[in-house]
Amino acid sequence: MKIKQTDIAVVGAGSAGLSAAYQAAAAGARVLVLDENRLPGGQLFKQIHKFFGSRAHQAGTRGYMIGRQLLERVERSGAEVWLDTLVYGMEKNCHLGVIHNGEHWVVQAKKVIVATGAKENYLAFPGSTLPGVMGAGAAQTMINVNRVLPGQRILMLGSGNVGLIVSYQLMQAGADVVALVDAAPNIGGYGVHAGKIRRAGVPFYISHTIKRVTGRDQVEQVEIVQVDGKFQPIPGTEKTFDVDTVCLAVGLNPMTELIWMAGCEFCFIPAFGGHVPLHDGNMETSVPGLYVAGDVTGVEEASSAMEEGNLAGVAAAESLGLLSPAEAGAKKAEIRGRLDILRSGLFGEKRRTAKQSQLESMADYRQKKGGAE
Amino acid sequence: MDGVRYTGVPSAEELRNCPGIPSEGRKKKGRVACVECVQEIPCNPCEGICPFHAITVGEQITALPRLHEEVCTGCGLCVANCPGLAITIVDKSLSETEGSVDFPFEYLPLPQRGDVVEAVNREGQVVCRGTVLSVKKPASYSGTAVVSLRVPLEYVDEVRSMKRLPRTGLKQEG
Repeated sequence: MKIKQTDIAVVGAGSAGLSAAYQAAAAGARVLVLDENRLPGGQLFKQIHKFFGSRAHQAGTRGYMIGRQLLERVERSGAEVWLDTLVYGMEKNCHLGVIHNGEHWVVQAKKVIVATGAKENYLAFPGSTLPGVMGAGAAQTMINVNRVLPGQRILMLGSGNVGLIVSYQLMQAGADVVALVDAAPNIGGYGVHAGKIRRAGVPFYISHTIKRVTGRDQVEQVEIVQVDGKFQPIPGTEKTFDVDTVCLAVGLNPMTELIWMAGCEFCFIPAFGGHVPLHDGNMETSVPGLYVAGDVTGVEEASSAMEEGNLAGVAAAESLGLLSPAEAGAKKAEIRGRLDILRSGLFGEKRRTAKQSQLESMADYRQKKGGAE
Repeated sequence: MDGVRYTGVPSAEELRNCPGIPSEGRKKKGRVACVECVQEIPCNPCEGICPFHAITVGEQITALPRLHEEVCTGCGLCVANCPGLAITIVDKSLSETEGSVDFPFEYLPLPQRGDVVEAVNREGQVVCRGTVLSVKKPASYSGTAVVSLRVPLEYVDEVRSMKRLPRTGLKQEG
């Protein structure tokens, strides 16, 4: 067993982790970034579409380009990045159990930033275990990272931005999307994303869900059915499509395993995908010295993840005395301003309210704990 | 129920209330941006890219983009730079019977100048045929091509894209 000591360890080299690493290393911290994948960037390099947001967030730039720029900044900042590296556990003192190059390491960092992201939800229905039923994120990895088309005729379940964007990208990759289905009575994602795939001729079936998928050895047909106001199937409304692939874009949930191990306090916020760690305005959890950023704090989107990463990186550097309170305060105010903008409008409001309640839960927790001591 | 939230297509009412749509008179004078952005999402690249300040969003970036049709030159920079692919350039001045629509197009293969293609409306239905006037894809468009299509005048307000072309003969990327 080898021991690695550093100022700040960042778990996850995606949007949030890379942003945190850059901020901390730029402030002078020794930073080690750990990621189980062979390539850094998390989900950023799968995002071949142009991002929304403000020009301050490089809106209009394609996700993978933002990923490249971020990676270059991290490399220049002097942060060390260990790829193909598994973080399998965290002790209560935040020491990390790590497998790197086939060897067992313990990473001892003064501060730890966990930016492990989220994983796809699954949905069970008759036939859901047939080959050809997959997560939309998996399909996106196949086409945009591995350049393999998962199928030719695809049905997408879920009309959130993931379902809409992946449908579009599957068509760009050469597949046909035969239908987009969602049990909700309205489209979940941005109208402009929906508009793109409508113009490409994809029919939408809202208030519909998958009844079953059939096929001998793989997906051959999918049957959908209309649902009523209580999401109950309406008999006689079934429709059948010949498909070879069914993609599920039914939400994500935060990858919180490591921070549960460390003993963080959690709250349950459905809008954020389930159990999320309490954290304060510095992204610090109820475990002192343990920070979180990005989708692990509640599922949002890439720009918010980058800003939370920036915030965690600045705050962790400040707590090590590498940034003065004034310097850190100015940076944090700017970042929080940009986060407020990202959490505004028709779609952002729900996330803003959810984040507010998460921060308030943290304040309540600290108050109670302070009172008990 | 209609409207972009239910169908992915802006309803007639949503388009009527949209501050990005040019007037009939302006369209008859020549090329002008048609910004069909009807949902308040945090996004403002259109405002920044326009060299003539013809599109404004303002400090609150969830506000809908507003077109100032009198200063819009129809240059089309916004068409390629809108992440939502929600902007077209429309022109009802070509002749007494024809106009043009420039739209973003991100599918391969691209059409060639002079090709006659199937023009589709916001629902993806083929409404008429159109002749490709130009296909532009400079580096500054970051991968988005802008296709300009000449269509019968009565379809200028309908046509918003074209049917994807078959992928036969598409070169394998190296």
